[in-house]
Amino acid sequence: MNSLSDFVIVSAMLFGIGVYGLVTKRNALRLLFAVEIMINAANLNFIAFGQYLPFEGSAQTALPNAFGQTFVLFSIALAAAEAAVILAIVVVAYRLHRDVDVSELKSLEG
Amino acid sequence: MVLTVGSAIVALEAKEIVYGAIGLAGSLFGVAALFFLLDAPYVAVFQIAVYIGAVAVLILFTVMLVREEKWAKEAPATSATKIAGIVTGLAITIALVVAALDTNLDQYTTISNSATFVDIGQLISTGDAPILLVLALVLAASVVGALTLSRADREEPK
Repeated sequence: MNSLSDFVIVSAMLFGIGVYGLVTKRNALRLLFAVEIMINAANLNFIAFGQYLPFEGSAQTALPNAFGQTFVLFSIALAAAEAAVILAIVVVAYRLHRDVDVSELKSLEG
Repeated sequence: MVLTVGSAIVALEAKEIVYGAIGLAGSLFGVAALFFLLDAPYVAVFQIAVYIGAVAVLILFTVMLVREEKWAKEAPATSATKIAGIVTGLAITIALVVAALDTNLDQYTTISNSATFVDIGQLISTGDAPILLVLALVLAASVVGALTLSRADREEPK
């Protein structure tokens, strides 16, 4: 549990679980869960690579390897905003259709 | 690691969606623990505060707000869909794992001078300051949009 490939493998497993959820589930909230899991897999990769791989030119800029962590901070904030919007859409869809099954929401279908 | 992956599976497979939400919170907590292991305590605390403190609670409230027996126990997916999902997820996982093991990732060790709060703060407030400002605007806009969406049809004539 100390080498870089361990974290990459955990991240790959989380991503696979997220893809499975996206393919299988039809409940809008479950889809949100799957997307959040995939976002976390990506964040884990960013932190792991930022912590292990040396950054070119980090000696000159005196900023060791904060880039991965900074990126993940922004990513977490974006994911929170996205979750808020999706939950609002779910509430509206439930109010209009009394259902959150995405295969039933066909009013926008061409 | 087991907590992270196991809770992620629970989040998607639990019969009651409330338990699924709790499983998602457990999975996010596991990722935060991995951040601690990776010597990134600031991001880990941020993850706990934002995800467990805000997003998980938000999801739990939504689940309870729109809860109904009809879909709280959702209809099981057809077996063809389920098999397709398992095959796709497994294929992507195996491909990524094989690709990761095929490289020489393990030759790298952790960098001794890992980033501190000061480094992150310097980076955010100097080089990445425009990103921070845009992100603040995006966050504000999305919250306003979410509020508007949730109260939109209250003003329509009955």
